[in-house]
Amino acid sequence: MELVCPAGNLPALKRAVDEGADAVYFGFQNATNARQFAGLNFTDKRAREGIDYAHARSTRVFCAINTYPQPDGWVQWTRAVDQAAELGVDALILADMGLLDYAARRHPDMARHLSVQGSATSHEALRFYHDQFGITRAVLPRVLSITQVRDLARQSPVELEVFAFGSLCIMAEGRCYLSSYLTGESPNTRGVCSPAAHVRWEETTEGLESRLNGVLIDRYGEGERAGYPTLCKGRFEVGGETYHAIEEPTSLNTLELLPELAELGISAVKIEGRQRSPAYVSKVADIWRQALDRLERTPERFHPDPAWVAGLGEVSEGATTTLGAYERSWK
Amino acid sequence: MSIPETLQLSLGPVLFYWTLERYANFYREAADWPVEIVYLGESVCSRRRDMKLDDWLGLGRELTQSGKQVVLSSQTLIESEADLRDLRKLCDNGEFIIEANDQSALHHLSAARAPFIAGAALNLYNPATIGVMARAGMQRWHAPVEMSRDDLARLLADCRAEGLDQPCEVFAYGHLPLAWSSRCFTARRYRKPKDRCQFVCQKHPEGLPLRSQESKEVFTLNGIQTLSGACQDLRHEVGDMADMGVGVAHLSPRAEGMAKVVAAFDAARRGEQPTPDPLALVDADICDGFWHGRPGMDNSHQKAALS
Repeated sequence: MELVCPAGNLPALKRAVDEGADAVYFGFQNATNARQFAGLNFTDKRAREGIDYAHARSTRVFCAINTYPQPDGWVQWTRAVDQAAELGVDALILADMGLLDYAARRHPDMARHLSVQGSATSHEALRFYHDQFGITRAVLPRVLSITQVRDLARQSPVELEVFAFGSLCIMAEGRCYLSSYLTGESPNTRGVCSPAAHVRWEETTEGLESRLNGVLIDRYGEGERAGYPTLCKGRFEVGGETYHAIEEPTSLNTLELLPELAELGISAVKIEGRQRSPAYVSKVADIWRQALDRLERTPERFHPDPAWVAGLGEVSEGATTTLGAYERSWK
Repeated sequence: MSIPETLQLSLGPVLFYWTLERYANFYREAADWPVEIVYLGESVCSRRRDMKLDDWLGLGRELTQSGKQVVLSSQTLIESEADLRDLRKLCDNGEFIIEANDQSALHHLSAARAPFIAGAALNLYNPATIGVMARAGMQRWHAPVEMSRDDLARLLADCRAEGLDQPCEVFAYGHLPLAWSSRCFTARRYRKPKDRCQFVCQKHPEGLPLRSQESKEVFTLNGIQTLSGACQDLRHEVGDMADMGVGVAHLSPRAEGMAKVVAAFDAARRGEQPTPDPLALVDADICDGFWHGRPGMDNSHQKAALS
């Protein structure tokens, strides 16, 4: 299984390559990718430098152009595709059907991966994308149980990449408009979710409050660990009870599922977190490299090293991890 | 050019889980409402099985007799082999056109060369995507719920310039469908596992409000689906929609007061100006932010109400 690591900037890319990533993924500095954060992502020049660095060490480079071209922005998105092709990346990660069609016609020899934002959760959906646009790999949304991944893998016409570690989206990706409902900006349109520009923190008599565009997302009592106000991870009131009504602040961690994922024929595991620091990327890539190497050597006796679990816990949201939808009981 | 001169009205699929009796009463009344198009079927959760495909087909035939164009809506989040089997049966029904809400349905319908309507969650944001869909057999398409009026006007103009004249449908009334998960949030509230949910969502025919700790209605939980907390109401915009070339205004069913909603939109499309009174047609917070290029929860009429 291939280890695919996030590269939010050049230092992160180099750290991922140095720690043994098989592939890294990056985006340009605009709304064409799903991590449009201030100070993040690549100019043409930095991308060229990163690709040279990775290729010199036999690491592949994927370019994420995985937001949806807006009515006034088609040229910006096609330019990103052309630019990635000129840079000589190893694959494009795309979601929009129009852009997939463009890439397939304009750059037929360039590999096309379906982004998680393409919302493909069945082998028939994968077949549609495969037949129409010639995709060779798809990243699966984080909504399927391991049994469902098994069914899908058995009949998939393309390679599968699954999320292994990082922030947990619990909605079918690509079809979540919650962020634009509260802030006017969403993953599809702007490449952001619960954007920082709309976040306000306030110390009040009732506790520390986090708000997103004025809407109270959570309120923390003394000694409680405050987290970033991602709108689906706050505490809300439903039917007279206040709790994490949608999801707790927690990260996805599938270390213990590795042998099963390998047995299902999954081609790659993906680390989330282009918005995280180079130190995060370095640490997570190192642990997953060790895990995959051990799996390769002794697949029948694989179990996660406690040091890995602890290390990943330290960089997890809310310092806790979950198997998410892979585990049926989570639903 | 096949763009209709006047705006048609459609009645969307019921997004909530109702009792058999409630569906029957609702559609008996709807047969006489001034809507041209009626969407039927369960598009949210495959565990909701009170209505079988044959029941929907029977309803569809009755509504056809009443002069309605009937569409069957497919499930948005497809997760299992069982979901795919149900989807194939729906697509192969042989009578009614399908609203495709996932690429699984697109695969099946385009392979069978069957015409279809592209649902809002297929994410049709640009003419290139609409062109791909048109070549696959699309007859009509829903704008993404988060698209603004100005973006849509531009998109429609660009589509016309490229000869793509399939009518566009806009979500004009109701709680906006905003997200789908494999987790059931209604079952979570009742502390039940999804596999043994005991169909608790049926107790909430208009969904379960999710409020901030300051009692603002932020979202509405509907099983695995999350809807907006406020109810989008674009009845003041239907004249503009028709002028822009929007073909259909989509009205999403609610359990109470739907006849009044349909009547208000019917009056609005015939040029009978809705009163400037911003009061809601039904008892719910109102929003129209997406249309105005703002956060979806915003209400452009609120300032007027306060002054």
